[in-house]
Amino acid sequence: MKIYQYLLAPALLVVISSAAFASSPRSQIVDFYRQQAGEDFSAERGKQLFSTRHDGGKPETPSCTTCHTSSPKNTGKTRVGKPIAPMAVSRNADRYTDLKKVEKWFRRNCRSVLGRECSPREKGDFLTFMINQ
Amino acid sequence: MKKLLLAAAIIALTPLPAMADRTSYKPSNNPTFKKECGACHMAFQPGFLPANSWELIMDDLGNHFGEDASLDDETTSLIKQYLVKKAARRVSGEPPLRITRLRWFVREHNHEVSSRAKKKAGTMSNCTSCHRGAERGYFDDD
Ligand code: HEC
Ligand code: HEC
Ligand code: HEC
Repeated sequence: MKIYQYLLAPALLVVISSAAFASSPRSQIVDFYRQQAGEDFSAERGKQLFSTRHDGGKPETPSCTTCHTSSPKNTGKTRVGKPIAPMAVSRNADRYTDLKKVEKWFRRNCRSVLGRECSPREKGDFLTFMINQ
Repeated sequence: MKKLLLAAAIIALTPLPAMADRTSYKPSNNPTFKKECGACHMAFQPGFLPANSWELIMDDLGNHFGEDASLDDETTSLIKQYLVKKAARRVSGEPPLRITRLRWFVREHNHEVSSRAKKKAGTMSNCTSCHRGAERGYFDDD
């Protein structure tokens, strides 16, 4: 019995600590935006942001769907014809796992489409929508 | 007759200066450039444009042919240095911003390109649609 206790304690520790750090790179990115936004995110608002034709951006890119197509599950296309892998996490497990990459493309694409940067709430809404897709 | 042969030989042996190294533009081996400048289109070989053209392009990535292609300052200056070092020789006049407007490009693509191929490519900037080996530096394939 004694010996089991000795073995059990470290095993439990491993289980507990891995649970605490189980949050994936993707959920860490969402948490990062949640801390900045100070409110909960909505997949519905994220869908709106994705599908709406916006004014204020560059005329060549009125909507996120211009390149990402109307469904996040589809393969998209840049304006020069290069394929873009689907944005939906269910179709592309690599999506939204590198904060620097995510920030770079939010900055560029929000400026191109909306003519301004997206707010932390908009970014979180968008990611929440894509994670549910 | 001798003279004619000589003339023909000279013509045959003289490489056309602008054509000489055009069929195989050295592909880039710079990973930062390839990753960042190959995200929306193929990473165009640095040898297609002169240094002052690359400078103008790299200094205005926020307004990049109708899109925001901005990068952080460090990456921008890294890529700029690389492009300037590997650039083509300077041309006279305003630095060109597009490969597809260069005189040799227009000449080369004026007659030989079918409208079907053009339609499929969508834009002449889509080199790989017609030149499958473009990224590896081969353009005389089709
Ligand atoms: C002009 C074309 C274009 C438009 C318009 C566009 N995107 Fe993108 N987007 C891209 C490309 C190209 C990539 C990078 C390629 C890749 O990740 O597969 C990308 C990547 C992203 C990424 C990073 C994905 C990741 O895996 O980290 C996010 C986030 C993103 N886009 C959001 C948006 C949003 C939000 C909009 C609308 C406001 C939008 N995009 C509109 C072309 C576009
Ligand atoms: C966010 C997408 C995007 C990124 C990233 C990007 N470009 Fe572009 N680039 C474009 C678009 C769109 C065009 C215009 C294509 C057209 O007119 O059909 C273009 C055109 C060009 C052209 C002119 C091509 C021609 O028609 O002759 C050059 C040169 C160029 N880009 C260089 C670069 C360099 C260098 C980088 C890296 C610093 C870069 N691009 C990164 C979107 C991008
Ligand atoms: C719509 C199709 C199409 C597109 C797009 C296109 N090309 Fe071409 N290109 C051709 C054809 C056809 C020729 C003439 C036949 C040949 O030599 O391959 C040609 C010839 C060339 C040549 C001369 C090849 C030689 O044999 O000397 C070069 C260099 C070249 N293209 C570069 C480019 C670059 C760089 C781009 C993109 C910025 C581009 N092309 C886009 C179709 C295209």
